[in-house]
Amino acid sequence: MLKLDNVSTFYGKIQALHHVSLEINRGEILTLIGANGAGKTTLMMTICGTPRAQSGHIVFDGRPIQQMKTSDIMRQGLAVVPEGRHIFSAMTVEENLLMGSFFRSRNEAAAQLDHVLTLFPRLKERFNQRGGTMSGGEQQMLAIGRALMSQPRLLLLDEPSLGLAPLVIQQIFEIIERLREEGVTIFLVEQNAHQALRIADRGYVLENGSIVMSGSGDALLNDDNVRKAYLGG
Amino acid sequence: MTETSLYVLQQLINGLTIGSTYALIAIGYTMVYGIIGMINFAHGEVYMIGTYTAFITIIGLFTMGVSSLPVVLLLALMTAIIISSTYGYAIERVAYRPLRGGPRLIPLITAIGMSIFLQNYIRLAQGSRDLAMPALISGGIEFGDPDVFEVSLSWMQLIIWGVTLASMTALALFISRSRLGRACRACAQDLKMANLLGIDTNRIIALTFVIGAALAAIAGVMLGLYYGTINPYIGFMAGLKAFTAAVLGGIGSIPGAMLGGLILGITEAMTAAFFPSEYKDVVAFSLLVLILLFRPTGLLGKPEVEKV
Repeated sequence: MLKLDNVSTFYGKIQALHHVSLEINRGEILTLIGANGAGKTTLMMTICGTPRAQSGHIVFDGRPIQQMKTSDIMRQGLAVVPEGRHIFSAMTVEENLLMGSFFRSRNEAAAQLDHVLTLFPRLKERFNQRGGTMSGGEQQMLAIGRALMSQPRLLLLDEPSLGLAPLVIQQIFEIIERLREEGVTIFLVEQNAHQALRIADRGYVLENGSIVMSGSGDALLNDDNVRKAYLGG
Repeated sequence: MTETSLYVLQQLINGLTIGSTYALIAIGYTMVYGIIGMINFAHGEVYMIGTYTAFITIIGLFTMGVSSLPVVLLLALMTAIIISSTYGYAIERVAYRPLRGGPRLIPLITAIGMSIFLQNYIRLAQGSRDLAMPALISGGIEFGDPDVFEVSLSWMQLIIWGVTLASMTALALFISRSRLGRACRACAQDLKMANLLGIDTNRIIALTFVIGAALAAIAGVMLGLYYGTINPYIGFMAGLKAFTAAVLGGIGSIPGAMLGGLILGITEAMTAAFFPSEYKDVVAFSLLVLILLFRPTGLLGKPEVEKV
């Protein structure tokens, strides 16, 4: 579904990604784990075209996207929940969600809004409340809901569990699994490697901007090196 | 009523009139700042171009024998809006967009350059002398005590209030209710995230320039008719005043620009009432200095959070 081939990304003169190749198959949960500063977020943002890949190819559903404008990439059927959620804090839950379906028709947006609200009943309760007044977990749900509003086939999730209480993390991961059942392909970037690998079909390990390992979720969970480096022994 | 209170009432009417136009121009500064964090110092020139467009349209229609007042006014307003908006769009496209992403100082200097360029361009094209705007709307109502002090409220002033109120209401509805207005707010809050939701942020930025220019053109037509004379330099002072109004209200905040404009207009009128009128600019800009010293975020502005 999404294929990165030999992708390198630079911040000025500093190379953040080194010839990364990676593939996401339709219907799976793919996870990318790695330490702080390994380049996980850069990889995800490179897919979105900001920063732009300096070399290599990114192909989504058979269409090369690495030269497209970010706003055009995001209209191809993928959506992102960025690290730190980035909800529009001065806007209401409703307005935040509607921003997610900006380029969809009114009818599509209305139908998808119903769907998102059944997925997140909490957002329905908070419908007219400003995004910034909600708890971290609710904001994360809003960010995911907003991304779903564009009816993406591929959802990119960057650290959805960051800074949340264990119980809320559990809820978020349940939602991710439910989305997969609904047919959304998921690319999950996580520092919470244990949790991520447990629900993932496959995973990649990123170190200093290079993919150093890949395999099924279970295989990585049981790998000695992965255990030592990311799962606390 | 005493003479003083009638006099104050008169100045309040005058101040509200000028303040309304400051508010209209200030919207352009505040919306652009709100979304890309730059001060578009060429905005005053867009206002001036609106005034000149209206002047040329009015003279042209008179020459062609069109004398119906509503037709002349409406056409003058429409052409001014269209031409100014085109300039607003072109300025952003040519002078600012290529510099986006660079250090903040660079577009600021470009804006000053753009302002000087437009001023001199109009000076060369139209001459630097004062032009007399035909007095299309005269008369008004007078009240108060004829023996003490007569307060006059001209039709032109009433029109300025009415048109300002209508424009502001339209803008407020657009921003709060419409899909594009929502996108404008989203971009002002988090440009990068808006981009990640598939919004072409360059278009939204261009839209804010166009809206600001259109409102400045409306102010330009009305102030041209109100004052009766125009020259290529009127944009400079009007721009500075509107900028002061925007900072006073809290730059980035649309209600702030409206409030700031009215406060500035009334302050000026009151200064002119009790001191030699040359002091009104001194007071207006002292106000700017005081705000920057004691409340840099303005009356309705929020403290700036450094975006990561």
